[in-house]
Amino acid sequence: MPPGGGGPMKDCEYSQISTHSSSPMESPHKKKKIAARRKWEVFPGRNKFFCNGRIMMARQTGVFYLTLILILVTSGLFFAFDCPYLAVKITPAIPVVGGILFFFVMGTLLRTSFSDPGVLPRATPDEAADLERQIDIANGTSSGGYRPPPRTKEVIINGQTVKLKYCFTCKIFRPPRASHCSLCDNCVERFDHHCPWVGNCVGKRNYRFFYMFILSLSFLTVFIFAFVITHVILRSQQTGFLNALKDSPASVLEAVVCFFSVWSIVGLSGFHTYLISSNQTTNEDIKGSWSNKRGKENYNPYSYGNIFTNCCVALCGPISPSLIDRRGYIQPDTPQPAAPSNGIAAYGATQSQSDMNISDIPGSNPIPSGSRSRYSSPSAPADQSPAFCLYGVASSEHFTRVQSHKDSLKCNQLPHGSSADILIQSPHATEDSWHLLTTWDQEGPGRLSIRAPHSIGSSLGSQWGRSGTFLAPSRLSFFATERKTRVSVIRKIKC
Amino acid sequence: MPPQVHNLQELRRSASLATKVFIQRDYSDGTICQFQTKFPPELDSRIERQLFEETVKTLNGFYAEAEKIGGSSYLEGCLACATAYFIFLCMETHYEKVLKKISRYIQEQNEKIFAPRGLLLTDPVERGMRVIEISIYEDRCSSGSSSSGSSSGSGSSGGGGGAGAR
Repeated sequence: MPPGGGGPMKDCEYSQISTHSSSPMESPHKKKKIAARRKWEVFPGRNKFFCNGRIMMARQTGVFYLTLILILVTSGLFFAFDCPYLAVKITPAIPVVGGILFFFVMGTLLRTSFSDPGVLPRATPDEAADLERQIDIANGTSSGGYRPPPRTKEVIINGQTVKLKYCFTCKIFRPPRASHCSLCDNCVERFDHHCPWVGNCVGKRNYRFFYMFILSLSFLTVFIFAFVITHVILRSQQTGFLNALKDSPASVLEAVVCFFSVWSIVGLSGFHTYLISSNQTTNEDIKGSWSNKRGKENYNPYSYGNIFTNCCVALCGPISPSLIDRRGYIQPDTPQPAAPSNGIAAYGATQSQSDMNISDIPGSNPIPSGSRSRYSSPSAPADQSPAFCLYGVASSEHFTRVQSHKDSLKCNQLPHGSSADILIQSPHATEDSWHLLTTWDQEGPGRLSIRAPHSIGSSLGSQWGRSGTFLAPSRLSFFATERKTRVSVIRKIKC
Repeated sequence: MPPQVHNLQELRRSASLATKVFIQRDYSDGTICQFQTKFPPELDSRIERQLFEETVKTLNGFYAEAEKIGGSSYLEGCLACATAYFIFLCMETHYEKVLKKISRYIQEQNEKIFAPRGLLLTDPVERGMRVIEISIYEDRCSSGSSSSGSSSGSGSSGGGGGAGAR
């Protein structure tokens, strides 16, 4: 009668009633409000934030500082050494124009680097669950552990068929022209490219700042180069070439820097002018998405037809506000998408592999009716186990193992209005016995929220959550957090 | 039918969340923000089709207005460019103004139309402009078993493919 095997749960008898192969446990990551944290502090992407969330950059900012130093040093030398001579000799308008250009370059550079490029926030757990369900209907997935086909949706825009891809990290279908930046680990709208020189992605919200930056920088570079040359020439007319170089050594440095950068920057400006006029992104151009070489019928559905409109829209169109609300406070009841740092995001990786075909666990046998379930948790402290009572014997079913990652558990063997506990177990790495893996919480009739799985082997064998009321027929959906996971619904039986 | 809930505060207090419906984006016109007006089956018993469609169409109209490319948006863009975009530090963009209008509209719709039917609209801007999330509530005090059964039944009918073995 009494359950064998370790533990403080000796008095509790559980007979299984309804089990079904179930798969991934959905673990909404509820963020507790710890002293009113702002959303940027728990942002799941690989970004750096400054000034309490006002400034947003990519993780690698070394090259950005190089850009900054190059611009500041070159311009500084120009204003300090060349401008006094030129202002007197030619016209004082030169430092003024130079100053305006410099001001413009710095303004646009900082805007490009510090603003949100158009990051799409990750899906909330409810959204992700809903999408998963819809994908299943569309695919007609069968349980069996086969890898599901890649998820795409097709949509017709302006007569062209565009494929929308599903992002496994962000758990959304990417809007057209959006792309996932692997460096920042974010989906970005109208993704152009990730620019290390500005230390940020270039996307919908900061593309015009980027373009203005490279355009004004080309003008500034050409400006400085031209006037440095003028300066040296004028000086050398007075004192000879070598003496002129000796008198203003800074000019040499400036000339060298400008000479080497002017080709790439002017080239880049020209390239982006072409992209803007045809309303393409760098991404699309590199892939040749809309080139004629793909087919005669291939054309860019986003283009407005004429160059002028395309330019106006790209540069003077409306700017959408940031969708990620960096400086907002985290609400305690708002579900936050799972951050990559905890184990739940590993789900994203395991899901895509979806090797959830669980082979029979050697040595485990289905628990026959009336037998005692054994939840070996060698280190479970005795005082944690709640007291259970028997109030009736329910029919039990065999354990059914997790077979695919998309199944849900139907609890229609439960009598209407009855209580049940959910057990999620995983076999210990070296033993055959099953260990309780996680706890749960009742959210409402038929809904469960599963908290993050504890690591196997910790002292959690007797951690029971509150039992819930399942109104049959109820359906509980699970998402995998672990392989070889077993889900069963247990009915308490009273003494 | 569960008893009518009369206002948003009552709804949040006495009802429990049964399920959520997501209205996805409609990309057939390009990348502009539009939502699908297709009527989700889960709302069949909760709200009239016409009211729902009207709400979504009005929202679509607001978003179209926000993203409209025309004289005023060009003016705003050129002015901003001329000031090296420093003007954004003090001025609110046209888009932000329309978003405020939208949130006021959604609040009003929730109070007048959706909450009395046990539904709640979430502003799309809180969901990254991907979806309009409609939360369906069941009144806790009623024996909502039949209605929650039906809503979870309809919600789970979609997952039937996954549990096909049963």
